[in-house]
Amino acid sequence: MSNIINSLYNIRLLDDLARKKTFIHSIHPLIKLLTTIVYVAVLASFERHEVSALLPFVFYPVFILSFAEIPVVPILKRVLLVEPLIIGIGILNPLFDNYIVVFGDIVVSRGWLTFLSIFIKCSLAVTVSILLVATTGMDRLAIALRMLKIPRIFALQLLLTYRYIWLLIEESLRMVRAYSLRAPGQKGVKINDLGSFLGQMLLRAFDRAQRIYQAMSLRGFTGEYNAGDVPKIKFRDFVYFAAWSLFFIIARIYNIAVLIGALFTGVGR
Amino acid sequence: MSHHKLEARSLYFSYPDGHEAVKNVSFTIYHGESVGLIGANGAGKSTLLMLLMGILFPSRGEVLVGDVRLTKKTLPAIRQRLGFVFQNPDDQLFMTTVYDDVAFGPRNYGLDEDEVKIRAEKALEMVGIPHLRDRAPFKLSGGEKRVAAIASVLSMQPDILIMDEPTSALDPKSRRRVINLLKNFEHTKIIASHDLDMVLETCRRVIVLNEGEIAADGITEEILFNKELLESCGLEIPLSLQNCPVCGTFKSHISHVKKWDLSFSCKCQD
Repeated sequence: MSNIINSLYNIRLLDDLARKKTFIHSIHPLIKLLTTIVYVAVLASFERHEVSALLPFVFYPVFILSFAEIPVVPILKRVLLVEPLIIGIGILNPLFDNYIVVFGDIVVSRGWLTFLSIFIKCSLAVTVSILLVATTGMDRLAIALRMLKIPRIFALQLLLTYRYIWLLIEESLRMVRAYSLRAPGQKGVKINDLGSFLGQMLLRAFDRAQRIYQAMSLRGFTGEYNAGDVPKIKFRDFVYFAAWSLFFIIARIYNIAVLIGALFTGVGR
Repeated sequence: MSHHKLEARSLYFSYPDGHEAVKNVSFTIYHGESVGLIGANGAGKSTLLMLLMGILFPSRGEVLVGDVRLTKKTLPAIRQRLGFVFQNPDDQLFMTTVYDDVAFGPRNYGLDEDEVKIRAEKALEMVGIPHLRDRAPFKLSGGEKRVAAIASVLSMQPDILIMDEPTSALDPKSRRRVINLLKNFEHTKIIASHDLDMVLETCRRVIVLNEGEIAADGITEEILFNKELLESCGLEIPLSLQNCPVCGTFKSHISHVKKWDLSFSCKCQD
């Protein structure tokens, strides 16, 4: 149980990281969001069995990790949490796609290539999204979403969910603990009790939601999330966006990994 | 300063299940008064506070803030003048930093960011937590959270502060800090609590609720020393006034108990 609670406490690590003051953190939130969108879009546009051309895309997350002084291990741990899902999506490819591909002496089925491609693409996309939150913060991200004219209800929903998911998990943990103390030698919650257990949780969530709404409206909340002054987009923000977009597009058109390989080995000249 | 006046006129309120939570409640609270609202569980304290804040509307009777009647139309203007501190600070603090939470109210009222900053910093200063401004609210201790919740209301510069159990679930040191804070506020205050010792220290006037009705309304010492009244309302005398642990003398009968002087010692110690 203490492990779960510890990891819950770490859930807010991204918030702490987002408060650092580095060059990457000072880039306008909208610019970082757009750069991430371009990155993911370009990544998703690759052929399904492309692997080598994806490698230059590792450069972007590595750049952010080093310049934003983000510790690598906690970020990787969060990416690992999503890996089973990614593997679940791609694992059937090697079974169904038996077309043989030959690389020099190595013979593999194309299924493994597509699986590897999906795996790299998804892992990179997840890493970059986590890094976006870790260098921007959820509240500034919500401002960026509003600037993109995303309806305020979605931005608000995102913020409140992010804030209260922790309290909800904590509350359900308390309930599970209270239950397990009165149900010794029993694993989990019995199916017979699950109905009232979940019902109770729902009611508590409703109650809390109502109290939070009251607290907000007592302080003048009318539906618009005001996060204070948003900094203006500066010239260097444009340069940041333009430079990265250019890099992504070049890496999309030319297989940089192969070009560099050719440069050193002379193959292809 | 009549605009700081808060008046309840014959308030009645029933919940949809028919339970009549507030019955014929009337009182007037004037500028600068500090009023303790006490009563057993289910006596109607929280319902009454919600009626005063316009979260609920009475089935009969009316609430007046200053000379303005509380209606749906006047609600936004009135809420700016009333600051409500919730019992559970987690319900009140939802932003990612303490500063953003304290700035939430002023920003909603459309103040420009410089004014918001001045107000938020002043509120943090008043409750003594300027060093916590960039911390995440969920990481604070219970006492710090409570104080941050108070700051989030003070930044709106309300005329009247209304608090629901400000000292519940606090350790003795944090409780003392909140009490000292409350004693220093010059706002008109309404404090609903079961912590009668805190009420004794912070409030000059006490309203006792019993089954939705006002059982007594008067000066704090008169009410909190009245054993019969308190017991008939499901309460008891504040611990600090209960029998001397050495000789068993009932402290309220000791002649040298003076108003606001809680530091007396029993005769048996002489």
